[in-house]
Amino acid sequence: MMNSPQQVKNPSSSLKSRFITRFLGALTKINAEHPISSSSPTRIFQRYRRIKVASNKSMAYSVRSRRIWSRAMLSRFRSRRSAFSVRRSSVKTTNCTTSPPSALIKVTINENKIAKGGLDMQTDELRELVPGGEAMDVCNLLGETAHYIKCLTTQVQVMRKIVDFYHLSK
Amino acid sequence: MSGASNKITDDELNALILRLGTLLPQLNHGRHGRASSSTTKILKETCSYIRRLQKEVDDLSKRLSKCLDSMDITSSDAEFLTNLLQQ
Repeated sequence: MMNSPQQVKNPSSSLKSRFITRFLGALTKINAEHPISSSSPTRIFQRYRRIKVASNKSMAYSVRSRRIWSRAMLSRFRSRRSAFSVRRSSVKTTNCTTSPPSALIKVTINENKIAKGGLDMQTDELRELVPGGEAMDVCNLLGETAHYIKCLTTQVQVMRKIVDFYHLSK
Repeated sequence: MSGASNKITDDELNALILRLGTLLPQLNHGRHGRASSSTTKILKETCSYIRRLQKEVDDLSKRLSKCLDSMDITSSDAEFLTNLLQQ
């Protein structure tokens, strides 16, 4: 695992603690609004949806507007409520991820290299997965992807610990 | 974002892509010498990794929704947070 030295005071741990605080707060709210007694399948499903949104929202808010992907996600949440999960489930555009680089379509980037044309197509799928990816240039897309992945792994890590904790304390 | 100042060199691109590769858990480096094929592989791996992570968030949300009944977040806050933050 590569541990690149940070110039700032390790922002990833403060990002994590911001996420934890927000997410736990959201869980408390959800817990309060959907009382424990109601555990019908519908309720559980609603809770699951709200928890998922809370997780993604908490992370996006913790990142604030420092990233293109977080800004895209936050504006999505503001305009449409549960659309994020809908967008994610409609990602099935694996049209030409394995086509050879010689299939040069249109090169809109500066350098006129074959590798670049192929890269354009190869990043299509990635653009669908990263929030706001459609409008990013390749450079940004790769940087945003790296950060997005880090945040996703933090989300998963924290959520796992929460689940484990409450499983053990039962 | 002006087009003129956006001159991405191949080297810079490769650097970014390699950096992405280091984040992926299951990537075999050094199998191919050609830059283009490992780029393809890294991008594909990245996509499937993101999908996997998003699915994990989804699954964990489902599990949380089930055990939310037994969760008493407010009372165990302090020690719980410490535990969480310790890693």
